[in-house]
Amino acid sequence: MKRLRDNEHLTGYVFTSPFVLGFLIFTLYPVLSSLYYSFTDYNLMEAPNWLGLDNYKRMFMEDDKIGKSFQVTFTYVLASVPLRLIFALFVAMILNVATKAVGLYRSAFYLPSLIGGSVAVSIMWQQIFGDQGLVNSFLNLIGIHASTSWIGNPSTALWTLIALSTWQFGSSMIIFLAGLKNIPKDYYEAAGVDGANAVRRFFNITLPMLSPIILFNLTLQTISAFMTFTPAYIISRGEGGPLDQTLLYSLYLYRKAFSHFEMGYASALAWVMLLIVGFLTLLIFKSSTRWVHYETKGD
Amino acid sequence: MTMSTPKRVLYHVLVGIFALFMIYPILWLAASSLKPNDEIFSTAYSLIPSRLEFANYVSGFKGFGGTTFSTFFKNSFIIVVLSTIGAVASSALVAFGLARTKFFGQKFWFAAMMATMMLPQDVVIVPQYVMFAKFGWLSSFKPLIVPHFFGTPFFIFLIMQFIRTIPGELDEAAKIDGCSKYGVFYRVVLPLIGPALITSAIFSFYWRWDDFINPLIYLNSPDKFPVSLALKLFLDGESLNNWGGMFAMATLSLLPVVIVFFIFQKYIVEGISTTGLKG
Repeated sequence: MKRLRDNEHLTGYVFTSPFVLGFLIFTLYPVLSSLYYSFTDYNLMEAPNWLGLDNYKRMFMEDDKIGKSFQVTFTYVLASVPLRLIFALFVAMILNVATKAVGLYRSAFYLPSLIGGSVAVSIMWQQIFGDQGLVNSFLNLIGIHASTSWIGNPSTALWTLIALSTWQFGSSMIIFLAGLKNIPKDYYEAAGVDGANAVRRFFNITLPMLSPIILFNLTLQTISAFMTFTPAYIISRGEGGPLDQTLLYSLYLYRKAFSHFEMGYASALAWVMLLIVGFLTLLIFKSSTRWVHYETKGD
Repeated sequence: MTMSTPKRVLYHVLVGIFALFMIYPILWLAASSLKPNDEIFSTAYSLIPSRLEFANYVSGFKGFGGTTFSTFFKNSFIIVVLSTIGAVASSALVAFGLARTKFFGQKFWFAAMMATMMLPQDVVIVPQYVMFAKFGWLSSFKPLIVPHFFGTPFFIFLIMQFIRTIPGELDEAAKIDGCSKYGVFYRVVLPLIGPALITSAIFSFYWRWDDFINPLIYLNSPDKFPVSLALKLFLDGESLNNWGGMFAMATLSLLPVVIVFFIFQKYIVEGISTTGLKG
């Protein structure tokens, strides 16, 4: 017994065994079987038949909905992630002053991102932008006649989702606030002596000092934006409409897998998404050597 | 940075207006839940109901087809509590193993953990469904609870960051006193990582409470639905016109989240700041 206890390799595996098992059963095996299904016509009822690359060919040659889904998803990601980060940084800088009320403001700005992923908030958003919702009610109040639903209108539907995502800038804001507090005050004082104005201080001190945090946020937010599902599902009642304008990729994948039970095709969709997200993450990291500033000792 | 008085007043007016603008939708949701049905949209801009209409809560709580919201809340609590206990306990063990023991393959498992954290869940959703179907777990809480007993990468990472701040000398001292690694974990580390465990538990609570896609996929009979999935039923078919009831139950579903937020705010802010966890 004593010998067993002294064996640190064993001890290490005893402690990490939940993750080791979980990784093998709930991550690695599913990822690999997903790759296998993506080459088959698996439909849950019958044994899968090997199709080779047919699912992937179908995606790029025959499926006319997928182009729309890509377009909608990329618009969503490319608009909502930068908007969220810009708002987060802007508000964090405004709140980075010594005043007692900051805690209260911080809560107010953070609350939306805390509850934002819930079904309740998606329902709320649907009603706010509905034909008789809060937004139109206010527009009518100030004399602008508005009676069409922002959600039912194909040219604005996606933007209501982007607005919902931007509204949840709070968690990034808190990370930026923590980062801002870590920038030494004398950097700004030295810059002030040199006559640098606020804009130059922002671009020469604040932005470089925050760049590692921005990188981290940009990566995680991009991945999670690609996987946005709940608001698109709720706002479009699971259809992705109007005119597929809210057919985010996750929603399309869900419909293929769980409405049509095309598990093979849905797996191919999932793998293409994995490759795209992996490629974007790599791109962000590769480009980061150009714009991320890591402070070295004695810098 | 200090401001002169007029500047400070201007600052508070502008930031205050913006803060109000941000939480206005939430206030509107809560206010609409107390308005008579015909007033919700006719005076949508207003936050003040002409009279308080608690009947919305009664009609909403009745639920659908004989299943009331007490069942939906009970289901949510069962799923949330069990999966949170599993996630926090297993993550603490794994975090200690990765941070405080040296073993063959440690670097690999750490990398696997970080990779799992970045992996889009859409990739595993189909094969996991197939797997749980083969286990006979469909239409039960098992797919929503059991996987959480195998460590959650975000929490493992968060707890590891916390364990790393505990001086290694404490481990050494305990070892000299005859503690095994298990003893070090139980007697030295566990009592000191309370805040990290609380932070993990809070985030687990939020994520499980809000989870929509997993219940949507795995549950099909309404008597098993958690609140998140039950809310969707307001948008379906014949219940389509009970706006007041829908607003009332949506408000009620946010209440536990908001209460936990105000009680544990400190832990949440620290948790996000140190790991960049998304809340």
